[in-house]
Amino acid sequence: MLNKDQLELLNEIAGITCNPGGAINIRANGQLAERNVTENINIRTKEDKPGIDIIVKAGTKGETVYIPVVIDESGMTDVVYNDFFIGEDADVTIVAGCGIHNCGEHDSQHDGIHRFFLEKNAHIRYVENHYGSGDGNGKRILNPVTEVYQEEGSSCEMEMVQIKGVDSTVRTTKDKNKKDAKLVVRERLMTHGSQIAESNYVTVLEGENSSADVVSRSVARDRSYQKYVSRIVGNAACYGHTECDAILMDSARVLAVPELDAACIDASLVHEAAIGKIAGDQLIKLMTLGLTPEEAEEKIIEGFLG
Amino acid sequence: MLELKNVSFEVTDVNGEKKKILDDINLRFDEDKFVVITGPNGSGKSTLARILMGIETPTSGKIYLDGEDITGKTITERAKLGISFALQQPVRFKGIKVRDLIEIAAGRKMETNEACEYLSRVGLCARDYIDREVNASLSGGELKRIEIASILARGTKIALFDEPEAGIDLWSFQSLIKVFEGMREDLKSSIIIISHQERILNIADEIILIKGGKVHKRGQKKDMILDILGATLEGGVCGKYMEGSDETC
Repeated sequence: MLNKDQLELLNEIAGITCNPGGAINIRANGQLAERNVTENINIRTKEDKPGIDIIVKAGTKGETVYIPVVIDESGMTDVVYNDFFIGEDADVTIVAGCGIHNCGEHDSQHDGIHRFFLEKNAHIRYVENHYGSGDGNGKRILNPVTEVYQEEGSSCEMEMVQIKGVDSTVRTTKDKNKKDAKLVVRERLMTHGSQIAESNYVTVLEGENSSADVVSRSVARDRSYQKYVSRIVGNAACYGHTECDAILMDSARVLAVPELDAACIDASLVHEAAIGKIAGDQLIKLMTLGLTPEEAEEKIIEGFLG
Repeated sequence: MLELKNVSFEVTDVNGEKKKILDDINLRFDEDKFVVITGPNGSGKSTLARILMGIETPTSGKIYLDGEDITGKTITERAKLGISFALQQPVRFKGIKVRDLIEIAAGRKMETNEACEYLSRVGLCARDYIDREVNASLSGGELKRIEIASILARGTKIALFDEPEAGIDLWSFQSLIKVFEGMREDLKSSIIIISHQERILNIADEIILIKGGKVHKRGQKKDMILDILGATLEGGVCGKYMEGSDETC
């Protein structure tokens, strides 16, 4: 049974307050709290290290797998290895994410190492929401590592969201695309206080007509620091695009490092980066519609982070 | 009724010298009138509009709305008192959708059909636009229309438009003018437009000609034509008063 804090975290990161049915694996304070499997989606505990294998049968369509992690024990360090095996032509949604509630004096940390193996023409939508709460002095730390291996014609859409409460995060994401495989990443990030967030993406497009579109939109407030490194390697006739778009506020700092490495004459790689404060005209426009400066600022940020 | 009494606005240039942009302006805008403010470039028209909205603060003088002194009121306060303002260069927002902007303007959530109604009134195929972001993917003409739709959604007693013809192509202007003609026919508020365009001047109840930061003359177009042409020649001959022109030099 999850306690009240854990249920609140669950709602924040996965939008559920109870077992929604279908395939689900809830991990609380490093232990299995709840698990369901379905005819098409099996979840097995790893025997050699902490974590699970999620096996989606070929041809599975329209199912959702929930694998949220919640931590409310101060001083807890949880490392978990999750592997996803997505069968041919399967099309599923995976809702992951981690919520940490830390009211104590010690740091709480979760490092989720996720590997995805997408078979031919498989498609996944992966939603990862990171959230922290609690008023203790202990930090809330999340260091996710995500690796994606995409076979021919597969596609992977990733939504990475971290809006509140995570003191320190280093996100590492690696992806390899074979022929016609497609990766789409949408990262949304807001840091405040003295938080630190670092995102490192490495995408290797090694198959003909493979593509990647890696876009980060972020807001850095107070004294927080963000670093966004996105490297796309084009080893074939492919298309890669990476973009960092950041709103800078207060005394925050944002470093964007796009890296394009084209090793094929037909590789087409593009990067864009824009960092700046909220435009004065944007505030004025919303104020002429009746919003206060503070309401206008919030509305702009809310829209920007979608 | 909106009234300016002895309004002046000064700036200090790079050499530290003071320059008067508006010089002792006295104007009264009566209710439910369609008024066009025109004049050469640099005459102070846009500054006047920005002062009315509270974006700039006059160096001296007072502004009254229905008898209430609003000189010290903020942009937000004036918006809430019933003044709307369409900027010369509409603003783009990443992530804010056309629907959001219409709802912010109206100050409430609304059904899709109602939001679409405002877009249709400015000649946009509503369902194609309602969920689009107000970002760089929209053309200048589309943004202008969305800007006007947001003014319509506000439904305030005073609507200010700063050069609606600026920055759009000829074809967009031709259809934009129809929107203003429609607003003129169905006048429900005071409309004040900063414009050079003859077709907008044609539908004005009253024209105010500003030159050198002062009100040079005000009246109906038939009584003003020589003054307007004179101002054109002083400001250098260009096509901006020619019918259908999109020139804003």
